[in-house]
Amino acid sequence: MEKFVLKYFNLIRTIIAIAIGIIISIFVIYVISKNPGFSLKSFLLGPFLSKSRFGNLIETASPIIFCGLAISIPFQAEQFNIGAEGALFIGAAIGTAFAVSTNMPMIIHIPLVLLVAGLVGAFWGFIPGILKAKWNASELVASLMLNYVAYFLGLYIINYHFRDKAAGYLVSYQLPKTAWLSQFVPGTRIHWGIVIAFIFAILVYFFLYHTTLGYEIRMTGFNLHFSRYGGINVFKVIIISQVIGGFIAGIAGMTEVMGIHRRFNWQMSPGYGWDGVVVAIIGRNHPISIIFASLFLAYLRVGGQVLNLLSDIPSEMVTVIEAIIILLITAEAFLEQWRYRITVKEAERKEVEHEPAS
Amino acid sequence: MGVILSVENIVKIYPNGVIANRGVSVEVEENTIHAIVGENGAGKTTLMKVIFGIEKPQEGKIYYKGKEIHIRNPLDAIKIGIGMVHQHLMLAPDLTVSENLVLGSEPLKGKFFLDTQKAIEITKEVSKNYGLDVPAEKKIKDLPIGIKQRVEILKALFRNAELLILDEPTSVLTPQETEVLFKTLKELKKHGKTIIFISHKLKEVKEIADKVTVMRDGKVVATKDAKDLTEHDIAYLMVGREISFERIPPPKRIGEPLLTVRNLSYVNEESVEVLKNISFEVRAGEILGIAGVEGNGQTELVEILTGLREATTGEVLIKGENILGLSPRKIREKKVSHIPEDRMKNGVADKATLEENFIVDRYYKSPFSKGAKLDWKYIQDYSNKLIKDFNVLASSPKATVSSLSGGNIQKVVVARELSSNPMVLIADQPTRGIDVGSEELVHNLLMKARDEGSAVFLVSADLDEVLKLSTRIVVIYNGEIVARFNEVDGLTGKDLGPYMLGIKREE
Repeated sequence: MEKFVLKYFNLIRTIIAIAIGIIISIFVIYVISKNPGFSLKSFLLGPFLSKSRFGNLIETASPIIFCGLAISIPFQAEQFNIGAEGALFIGAAIGTAFAVSTNMPMIIHIPLVLLVAGLVGAFWGFIPGILKAKWNASELVASLMLNYVAYFLGLYIINYHFRDKAAGYLVSYQLPKTAWLSQFVPGTRIHWGIVIAFIFAILVYFFLYHTTLGYEIRMTGFNLHFSRYGGINVFKVIIISQVIGGFIAGIAGMTEVMGIHRRFNWQMSPGYGWDGVVVAIIGRNHPISIIFASLFLAYLRVGGQVLNLLSDIPSEMVTVIEAIIILLITAEAFLEQWRYRITVKEAERKEVEHEPAS
Repeated sequence: MGVILSVENIVKIYPNGVIANRGVSVEVEENTIHAIVGENGAGKTTLMKVIFGIEKPQEGKIYYKGKEIHIRNPLDAIKIGIGMVHQHLMLAPDLTVSENLVLGSEPLKGKFFLDTQKAIEITKEVSKNYGLDVPAEKKIKDLPIGIKQRVEILKALFRNAELLILDEPTSVLTPQETEVLFKTLKELKKHGKTIIFISHKLKEVKEIADKVTVMRDGKVVATKDAKDLTEHDIAYLMVGREISFERIPPPKRIGEPLLTVRNLSYVNEESVEVLKNISFEVRAGEILGIAGVEGNGQTELVEILTGLREATTGEVLIKGENILGLSPRKIREKKVSHIPEDRMKNGVADKATLEENFIVDRYYKSPFSKGAKLDWKYIQDYSNKLIKDFNVLASSPKATVSSLSGGNIQKVVVARELSSNPMVLIADQPTRGIDVGSEELVHNLLMKARDEGSAVFLVSADLDEVLKLSTRIVVIYNGEIVARFNEVDGLTGKDLGPYMLGIKREE
């Protein structure tokens, strides 16, 4: 038992945090709602009760997975780059501009548009990276500020140069059909973006844990001094981790445009970049855990929408619940006393049984 | 003489599962100097932290002057009359001696302002009472380490400490400074104080202590009168087996110079000249030891040799080729290895696995990787071999480094650095803070590297280590080489001391 708890401590802690968060939300729903039983059901089961809602869950998870991966790579290098939101926005804007201005067969068009969006995002990651590596400028501040630049620059490009005046509201021209990611589950808007997201998660996993560059990124994150001492070019690693993160974030926004709206229709920043920070933290920067964290976050989101739609509870509530759960998960010391007690017990047991310390 | 402090059955387990004390009981008699000796990791410091209220034990009782006490924090300890001088001194470097002394119970002028004059008077009075001279108005950072330590002792006395704990006080001192400290301790004993003295240096223990408690592996193995024990007895009790203190046999064959340093100078960011015109060479098959009090430029010198810091002027040649300005990787590729001073800062990534730590200088080469892909299977086999060859106590190559003891972590570092068959080995404090068993292993490995034709450059704050291993010795003081000894036979710490303190220098 003790051994089991120690081995899976982080997983257990995450599950307990989620459980506490949900218990608190149940409590809040009971206090606010006139029909708490129904509200609770809408919130917890709602996302699974119809095909289209389940579709919503998957659609929502897709850009979040991308952004989680995008954030996790600089995080693994211990670089607090939170520029995924900006990279996503500017990547999608310029990618859209490229898509509507070009005409080619689908087999080339889709990858090329994704590539352009990715490269724009990569450039967006490169700026804080180089500032950090060369002049030790905080990547946190630089990436945060660049989010504003990306937002307004993106709006300028779309609203002044690629706006579809016939549409009647502020959107870009529609993408040519050759640049559409098709929706393949009838009755939902689930599109190929989710498949690409899964592929990226696997690629990122392979990259981080099985390539030399991934090794360099992780070691730099573990201990920068050690990496430098061992001969790793940590400046290069810092920049590259942010460039790759930016690349994935750029693609994140583009798949959303290509798969759901088929136009650039954001006048507000969609916020997936911030969700990415959240799932990267919940998933402890592990690509596979990030998939689950993203699905969980999407589940909360859709549950919130259902709640908002069908019951008397405002969607703001969901944001509160989300925040509570994340706070509990990220609090490193949460349940630490418990772990300490178990460690002591386990150590005493080994002492009695004369097992070697592990 | 009564018993002033007695601890019973103390058990302390740290959050990482390490058992530091396994039921420790000790009685300390009033007005004695009581030495607690043991290897690093034996649990001495943990026991002191428990007594001083820094660590909370899982089990056990503490009695002070016959009454059971519950110490929750150091303030409690100070209040009842226990004082502690830590291994790493806890003084504010930018404040003066008197300001440090009264810190926490300052004499005030009006309601808010420190009465500097009064503080100086207090300092002078306390220092006169105990016959411990300190420059009351000087800033801490301008004082030598021995004086700083004296300030710490005075600070405890000013707070009316009856029982004074000194945690490895001599580890940072030269032999001369140690002598002065011992006079001080004897003086304090005359004033009726009780002193707990932690050390692993046997000679000192024999010289100063009335009683000796030997700890091993978290337990007390013996408490005896010092006069009933020989140095040899204590060593045997500490380690549990015979160990040798003899100088290692001299090298058989010395070859050409592999590491040559010429006129090396370094000025740091604050325009302080940290290294001044340093020149020396290390030849194949020898160990050149550099003796000196820590902080006299050794750290910077090593960092320059390994590419972690840029020199201002001069030359560093590896087999005749200048390496200044090259990256750490380029220097490592010239077959230079480096055992770093601070293993937790540079030597390992403690949250990474052993195998990840073993490959940091070679992961990009075949057969560790093919193209961009790491060959984890090969790496694991390779790591298993290193773990076996270097006797690392670890459950598997996938264990994290943080789960190992200090000695085993150092073995991981040494295994990596020696398994690359270095031409030049730079060993900076290679046995700091590790147990005697691991220390012996590391010493033998250094000797083996030497005999296989490596040029070994040894930096150590432990004079005994320098004397034991070195073929030749240079002494560094204030960034300059002030003495060179080409013959080490018959040399003792006392011969080197005056040079290390800057009292003497060779012309």
